[in-house]
Amino acid sequence: MVENILELKDITKSFGQTQVLRGISLSIQKGEFITFLGSSGCGKTTTLRIIAGLESPDSGSVLLGGEDVTAVQPNKRDVNTIFQNYALFPHMNVYQNIAYSLKLRHVPKDEIKRRVGDMLELVQLPGYERRMPIELSGGQRQRVAIARAVINNPSVLLLDEPLGALDLQLRRQMQQELKKLQKRLGITFIYITHDQEEAINMSDRIVVMNEGRFEQIGTPGEIYDHPKTSFVARFIGTANIFSGQVKRIEGGLAEIETPDGLCCAAAGDYALREGQRVAFSVRSENMLVAKEPVEHFDLPAAVSENSYVGGMLRIAFTPRAGEPIVSSKHGIHANIGLGERVNLYWKPENAVFVDMQEADA
Amino acid sequence: MKKVKNYNWALVLPIYAFTILFVLIPLIYIVVLSLLRKDILWGVTNEFTLQNYRKMFDPVYLRTFADSLGLAFGTTVITVLMGYPFGYFMAKLAPKRRAFVMLLVVVPFWTNALVRIYGWMIILRAKGVLNHLLMSLGLIDTPLKILYTYGAVLLGMVYSLLPFMILPVYTSVEKMDWSLVEAARDLGANAAQAFLTVTLKLTLPGVLSGFVLVFVPSIGLFFISDLLGGGKIMLVGNLIKNQLMQARDWPFGAALSVVMMIMTFAIIFLYRKLTHSSDLEEFF
Amino acid sequence: MKRKKFHPSSLYLCAVLLLMYLPVVMVVIYSFNASKSDVQWAGFTLGWYQKMIHNESLMDALRNSLVLGVSSCAISAVIGTVGAVGLAQSDFKTKGLLENVAMLPIMIPEIILGMVFLAFFSFLGLPFGMITLIIAHTAFCIPYIFIVVKGRLAGIDRSIGEAARDLGASEMRMFFDITLPLIAPAILSGSLLAFAMSLDDVVISFFVTGAQTNTLPIKIYSQIKLGVSPEINALCTVMLALTFLLILLSGALTKTKKGKPIKPTISKEANQ
Repeated sequence: MVENILELKDITKSFGQTQVLRGISLSIQKGEFITFLGSSGCGKTTTLRIIAGLESPDSGSVLLGGEDVTAVQPNKRDVNTIFQNYALFPHMNVYQNIAYSLKLRHVPKDEIKRRVGDMLELVQLPGYERRMPIELSGGQRQRVAIARAVINNPSVLLLDEPLGALDLQLRRQMQQELKKLQKRLGITFIYITHDQEEAINMSDRIVVMNEGRFEQIGTPGEIYDHPKTSFVARFIGTANIFSGQVKRIEGGLAEIETPDGLCCAAAGDYALREGQRVAFSVRSENMLVAKEPVEHFDLPAAVSENSYVGGMLRIAFTPRAGEPIVSSKHGIHANIGLGERVNLYWKPENAVFVDMQEADA
Repeated sequence: MKKVKNYNWALVLPIYAFTILFVLIPLIYIVVLSLLRKDILWGVTNEFTLQNYRKMFDPVYLRTFADSLGLAFGTTVITVLMGYPFGYFMAKLAPKRRAFVMLLVVVPFWTNALVRIYGWMIILRAKGVLNHLLMSLGLIDTPLKILYTYGAVLLGMVYSLLPFMILPVYTSVEKMDWSLVEAARDLGANAAQAFLTVTLKLTLPGVLSGFVLVFVPSIGLFFISDLLGGGKIMLVGNLIKNQLMQARDWPFGAALSVVMMIMTFAIIFLYRKLTHSSDLEEFF
Repeated sequence: MKRKKFHPSSLYLCAVLLLMYLPVVMVVIYSFNASKSDVQWAGFTLGWYQKMIHNESLMDALRNSLVLGVSSCAISAVIGTVGAVGLAQSDFKTKGLLENVAMLPIMIPEIILGMVFLAFFSFLGLPFGMITLIIAHTAFCIPYIFIVVKGRLAGIDRSIGEAARDLGASEMRMFFDITLPLIAPAILSGSLLAFAMSLDDVVISFFVTGAQTNTLPIKIYSQIKLGVSPEINALCTVMLALTFLLILLSGALTKTKKGKPIKPTISKEANQ
C-alpha cells in the first residue's frame, strides 16, 4: 500500500459572500509531483494556503502524514512554500534568508553554515551569500526561494505559480530544473499554475480546478486524451464540443444527431441508450476533412478561416449551426481554400464523451 | 470548528481605548456641556437648555462667524492661487531638484509656527524691517501701519497654511498621466484647453484635499490673529478661547465648538463625496 | 553636457520659497543683533544666548517641552505602531470605522481638541500640568505614527510575513524578525514627526497646561504677546536648530540602512 502523505477531506471555504472552495477532497502520495491547474479565481491558491496553514477552512480537514493538522499553526507544519513573488526577506541577505528556518530550530551554527552551503551548491548560487535580495535577478531570487524552502527537508513543498514572473526561456529552463530537483530530493511537490503546458510537462498527476471544485484528477495523458468534462476538454488543448441525441447504437458505435448534423462516436464503456442526450469532445488535431461524404457522418461545413499557429495549420469551419469547429494539422490541408465546402469526420474512438452523470458510466 | 486563533484585537485595543477614552468620550461630553445652562459664576447647572446655541444668533457673534469664514475662504483662495502653480511647477522639475524643493517646502511644516509668525512681526512692525526698507528707498515718509491689520492676519494665515496646499497639489500633478494631455493636444486642444479640460480636472482631488487641509485649521489658529491682528480681529477660534479662558462661559464655548465641529465634518464629508476617496491626499 | 535652459517657472518657485524662509531668517539674524530694539542692526553679539541660558524660567520651559515631547512620542509610538500592525493583519468588518476613530484627533481642528481636553480634564478633576499635557499630546501624536506605519505596512508584501510563518516562525517571532525591522524606519520617522508636532504645539498646550507648567511654545507665545525681549529671538533660533536636527535625522533614517538604499521604500514613499 502506498503511503498518503497528504489528504484533503471535503474542504469548504468562503470569503464573505463568495464561496471559493465547494467541498474538495484529495489524497496525495509521497514523492508525487502534483499540479493544480485552473484559471485565476478557481480556488487553487486558496487550497494551497489551506495546506500551508495560512488560511483555515470553514469545514473539512487536512491530514499530513496521517495526522489531522487542520488547526495546527503554519510554523508547526512540515510543509514549506515557494511564494508567487518569492517573498524573500528584503532586510536579510541570501545566507540569512536561507538559514532562517534552521536558526529558528536552533541548529548549531557550523551545521547551518554547511547546509546553507550545500543548498547554494544545489541551486547553483555558490558565493552569493552576502548579496541582498534586491541585488539579484528574477531567476536568482527564484533559486534562493527554493533553497530557503527545501533546506528543512519538508515532507511537502508547495509552489504557488513560482515561474509566473519569469520570461519564457528562463521558465522552460526552470521547469526542467525543478523537475530534476524534485526527483533528486524525493519531496512531494504541489505545484500551482494556470499554464496547461507547464502542468503537462512537469506533473505526475494534474488536478483541474474550476469554480472551487475539482473537475478531474488524473495523469497528464488521462487529462488530455480522456477529459471527463467539457471544461477540462476546453481548458487543455483545443477541443470541439458537440452535444446531441443518440440516434442509433450499432456494433459499439453510436450515431448522434447534433444541430450541426450526424456524427459518430465509439460508445466505449458507456451504456448508452437510444434517445439519450450526450456531449462529447473531439480534439482539433483529430478533426478530419473529406471532400466526399463519409459513412456515419453528415457534417458539412464551409472553411471560414485558415492560419498558421505555432507551425500548425489551423482551419476554422462554419457548420450548419454556426458555432465554429476547429481543425489543426501539420500542413496537410494546405490545398483547402477559403469558403470551400467540405465534410468533417473523425475516427469514432477519438470522440470522448464528457459531462456524463456517474450513473451513466 | 477549529480555527487558527488570532490576537489582533489585543493589538488594536490600546489605540482604540486611548482614542475613545480621551477623544471620543470627551467630544460627547462637550456636546452635553453645550446643552447645559451656565451657572451665575462660572460653573454649570444640570439644567438643559438651547440657550447657548441661540446666543450665537446675536449679531456680534454672527459677525465673528462671518469674519472667520470670510478669512478662511480668503486664505484658501489665495493659497490655491499661489500653491497650485507652485505644486505644478515643482512636479515638473527634474527629480533631483524636485527632491530639494520638496525638502524646502516640508521644513516649515516641521518648524514652530509661532517662531515663523514672530519672524513676520519683526518684518511688519511699525519700526520693522519692511517700513525701514520702504523709507530708505524713499517710497514713503512715515511708517505704514501694516502689523495689527486684517491684511497682516491674512498674510500670516496664507503663510502658515501654504505648504498644506502645495503638497497635495504636487502629489496629484506628479501622479498624473501626461500622455492624456498629449492625447488632448493630439485631438486638437490648444495648451490652455488641454490644461483646463484635462490637467485641472485630474488634479482637482489634490486641490480639494488642499482646500480641506487649509480651510479646517484656518478656523482655529487663534494665535495668528492674536499676534498679527493685535487681538482686534475676532475669529471663532479667539471667541472659543475667550469663552474658556476669560469669560469662563464653558457651555457657550462648548456650543461654539460643536458648531465648528459640525462644519468641519460637513466639509470633510463633502470632500469625500466629491472625490470618492476616504483619505485626504496627505503627504505622509 | 549642455545646461538646461532657465525656465521662468523656476523664478516663481524661488520667489515663493524666499518668502517662506524670510521670516525664519529674520529671527535668526536678529538673535545676533546687539541692539535691544530689533530695528537697527548694532553689531554681532551672542549676549542674548547667554541671557537665555541664565533665564531660569525659559530653561524650565525647554526642559518641560523635551520631557513632554519624548514621553508623549514614546507612548504614542508604541500605541500607534501596535495598532497599525493589528489593523493591517485583521479583517474586521468595522475596519473603516475604527480607522476613522483612530484618525479623529487630527481630523478635528486643534482648538476644539484643546477645548475638549480642557473641559473633560476638569470634569475628571485631573490636576492640570505635565500629566494632562502628556495625555493630550499623546492623543494627537498617535495618528501621525499610525499613518506613517500603516503606509509602510501596506507597502510590505503580505507573503513576506507568511513566508516566515511557513518557515517555522511563531507570530511573535515573525513580528520581531520580519515586521519590526521592516517598519522600524517608519516608526522612527513617524516618531520624529510626532516629536516635532509636540514641540510645535501652541493651541492644545495652551488649554491643557497648568499655571506652573510652561512649555516652550507657551512661553514664547506669552513673551511675544507681552512685548519683546530679544532673548526670544535666541530661543526661537535654538528651536529652529533643534527642528533642523530632527529633519536631518529623519531624512537619514528613511533613506539609508547600512549605507544601502532600500529601493522599494524610497520609491513607495516618494510616490505618496
